[in-house]
Amino acid sequence: MKYKAKLLPPVELPELRTVGKPLRRVDALGKAVGATVYAGDFTMPNMLHAKVLRSTVPSARIKRLDVSKARALPGVVCILTAEDLPDAKLVTDIPGQTGQKIRAGSEAQVLASDRVRFVGEPIALVAAETLDIAGRALESIEVEYEVLPGVFDPREALKPGAPIVNEPDNVVARWKIRKGDVEAGFTAADLIVENTFRVPFIDHAYIEPEAGVAWVDERDVINIRVCTQVVEHFRSIARAMGVPHNKIHIQGTMLGGGFGGKEDITVEIFLALLARHTRRPVRLAYTREESIQAHCKRHPFIITHRTGVKKNGRVTAAEIKMISNSGAYPYLSPYVLLYATIMAAGPYRVDNLYVDSVSVATNNPFTSAFRGFGGAQAAVAYEQQMDEIAKALNLDPLEVRRVNYLKTGDRNATGQVIKSAVWLEETATRALEALGEKVVSPGSIKVGQGFASYMQSYGRITWLHDTSRAWVSLELDGSVVIRCGVPDLGAGQVNSLCQIAAEVLGVGLEDMTIYSTDSALTPLAGTTTATRQLYMSGNAVLQAAGRVREVLLDRASKYFEEAPEDLDIADGVVFVKEAASRRGGEPSSLNRSIADSLPLAELAAMCAAEGLPLSNLALFRAPFTAKLDPEDLQGDVFPDFTFGAHAVEVAVDTETGEITLLKSVACHDVGRAINPAAVVGQIQGGGTQGLGYALTEEVVVKDGVIQTPSFAEYLIPTSRDFPTTEAIILESGTGVGPFGAKGIGEPSLTPAAPAVANAVADAIGVRIHELPLTPKRVLAAVGRARGIGD
Amino acid sequence: MQPRIVTLNINGRRYQVALDPNVTLLHALRDLGYTDVKNGCEKGDCGACAVLLNGKAVNSCLVLAWQADGAEIVTNAGLGTMDNPHPLQEAFADTGAVQCGYCTPGMIIAAKALLDRNPHPTEDEIREAISGNLCRCTGYGQIIEAVQMAAKTMDNETMNNEQLGGGR
Repeated sequence: MKYKAKLLPPVELPELRTVGKPLRRVDALGKAVGATVYAGDFTMPNMLHAKVLRSTVPSARIKRLDVSKARALPGVVCILTAEDLPDAKLVTDIPGQTGQKIRAGSEAQVLASDRVRFVGEPIALVAAETLDIAGRALESIEVEYEVLPGVFDPREALKPGAPIVNEPDNVVARWKIRKGDVEAGFTAADLIVENTFRVPFIDHAYIEPEAGVAWVDERDVINIRVCTQVVEHFRSIARAMGVPHNKIHIQGTMLGGGFGGKEDITVEIFLALLARHTRRPVRLAYTREESIQAHCKRHPFIITHRTGVKKNGRVTAAEIKMISNSGAYPYLSPYVLLYATIMAAGPYRVDNLYVDSVSVATNNPFTSAFRGFGGAQAAVAYEQQMDEIAKALNLDPLEVRRVNYLKTGDRNATGQVIKSAVWLEETATRALEALGEKVVSPGSIKVGQGFASYMQSYGRITWLHDTSRAWVSLELDGSVVIRCGVPDLGAGQVNSLCQIAAEVLGVGLEDMTIYSTDSALTPLAGTTTATRQLYMSGNAVLQAAGRVREVLLDRASKYFEEAPEDLDIADGVVFVKEAASRRGGEPSSLNRSIADSLPLAELAAMCAAEGLPLSNLALFRAPFTAKLDPEDLQGDVFPDFTFGAHAVEVAVDTETGEITLLKSVACHDVGRAINPAAVVGQIQGGGTQGLGYALTEEVVVKDGVIQTPSFAEYLIPTSRDFPTTEAIILESGTGVGPFGAKGIGEPSLTPAAPAVANAVADAIGVRIHELPLTPKRVLAAVGRARGIGD
Repeated sequence: MQPRIVTLNINGRRYQVALDPNVTLLHALRDLGYTDVKNGCEKGDCGACAVLLNGKAVNSCLVLAWQADGAEIVTNAGLGTMDNPHPLQEAFADTGAVQCGYCTPGMIIAAKALLDRNPHPTEDEIREAISGNLCRCTGYGQIIEAVQMAAKTMDNETMNNEQLGGGR
């Protein structure tokens, strides 16, 4: 692969004291010594143990549900079925959003009443004195099913006469983009390239299965201690239970990974119900198998690209069709599909664009959020299509992209003007340079290189009116407290907030304590999803800390008799900038030379004595835009986008079909790295998830039944599978996050899988249109290629 | 079968507990409050529950508590504390090897077992030693760095100790 591109001049960002340093995260040591208490680690006196009975068939009517034997077992305290919970429904939609119409059938029954729609659908809850007894109770519940025809392939589900999963029909959502004149664009094309790509069900496979404890307190508040990405589910839980919002209290814990899989409600509704009915503390922890069965999956997509191009590679028109498999309940499928639709054409200027997408209900496990949220699936297709275009035109893959890459000021697929840096060429070039020359391949081993560019939004859809709140206060000894409802999934969410506040207030990370992820006691910060927390809560903390700083410097300016802008704070001390030099020139100021600096604690005491506010609660509001016309989806949708590239080299054994990843490099413009070590962790970790997506991972579902029920069958990358991804961090300083940061949580995953697919195609000279790239598929493709060759 | 009194020596403390024959060491440890031993799969696939059993790293979900009768058990919390962390724990915190932290205790146990038998491991040897411990967050790069950093620290500590010992 040849590549030559001019690099942009490096951006000089101002040196900061705390931000930009690879400091030890505030949560790191507690986790390293095993002191951090996770959701499954809590126990309470008099606690009961819960289990969930789940459907064993994908589509059926429940003819008979008999819990009498189970109820009679000694030690069984409570069994709940749908009969006990009239109208208990969960809105499977973005929590807390405003102005969205709830589609019929978009609610999931908490417990199935007469109809089950997927294997694993909850039917009954058991609470017992011990886990053993709860297990035996499950076994003695009798369920008789009248099996109904199911539908598992989304294309079949769209046909007339197909079994209906949820009335009125199997269409969960449709989106379309209509932009420019597609017909004219195809007419102007020198060549039209058409391909269909497929991606499978994927599991989040966080190492911590879902768990929690709940109890009812003396105020009749139901307290739920749980690992969740969304403490604001308290509203949905209250609604499902028919209790006021203020009677549900979610105390989030540090998560043992989330990746979108703990974005929907998991154990918390069951815990709340059992605690309320028994008036005793209840614990529920999923096994690995139950976790894989119970939580959502990444959507399988079938994506067809039809692209018109000029001989130089310039795209004249694109027609893209997408089908996503939503499983038995919608959950976030409409939104995942919307993201996929908007990202369908990739980070390219396509003036004539037609996208039709549909999400379809089936009797499969339900699908919802997963890191990349539709953008990842879209990238697998658009980046393979770009390479196919390059191949058809006999052009270099980077060259084809270069004539199409978006630039700052261009309009994306929805017509939104991109205002931040668009370092597509820069990131791809850096990644390819680091990848280096292809190694020589011996005999039947074929070596290939490939890369993928991408764009991915960070921050929520702007018509959802997103907000976050944070409280920052200076204590009288100079230490700092942050209160912010942000759930920490492990990516360093709370640490970033600490580094930001430490920077603004001139203290060290060791001076910070943060209270987070509590729906009642910390200001609500919204969900840890959509790569939004650094952007949203980071800005909220920046504002709150900034206002405390203003108060401090204002008071200090009176003390020093200097203007506030001539003062600064560092290492817990307020000081007059360049005081020493000025003192030398002005003898009159010698009499207060000892007062060139003032410890924060003393300043805090002065402020407190005068009743000045040493704390601030800030509300950060993302830009608000109007909802788009669904007939064309033209307008602003996201606060901003992250851009980058991933490049890999692979060796493919054409005799066995085995693919070995030789080298992996990722380069992203993160705007500003608040903690570079944490950013490397995102790039390497997200990248590795993407490599798994390409090569080893698939939740195999046959007639609605998962065939990969545990980590023995569902293969996430181990330490021996791939070399470490080399992370190249670029900082344009142009993001809308604090200090110019962009988001990197989801973006880090997006380009990895298509890069691998492109490298494999480069190696064997033929494209495999479906992930994962298993040895079987490689051999079939090699066979096809030989057939053509013969 | 009836419960049996089992002696478990955990992180230097001795417990005598009555346990049913089907209780795994994982559950016995967690019930005694050693919740740093994480439950990730209960099948030996993920390594989150790894502990040292007589110096060898094992998945405690695959060991019955009866089998550990009289054995010396060390969990990650037994290696160090917030005030006095083990060099591996320090290195994991410093390199970014800890993200969600759920795999970390088991990962550190696997690394400890490696460094005990091989104080100067190559990258391949580290990858091999932690290959039974799944991490979904990091992609393993910073974990490998952490083990390398700890190996160096522990090397220096050994040398310092030897020098001190020689001086007396």
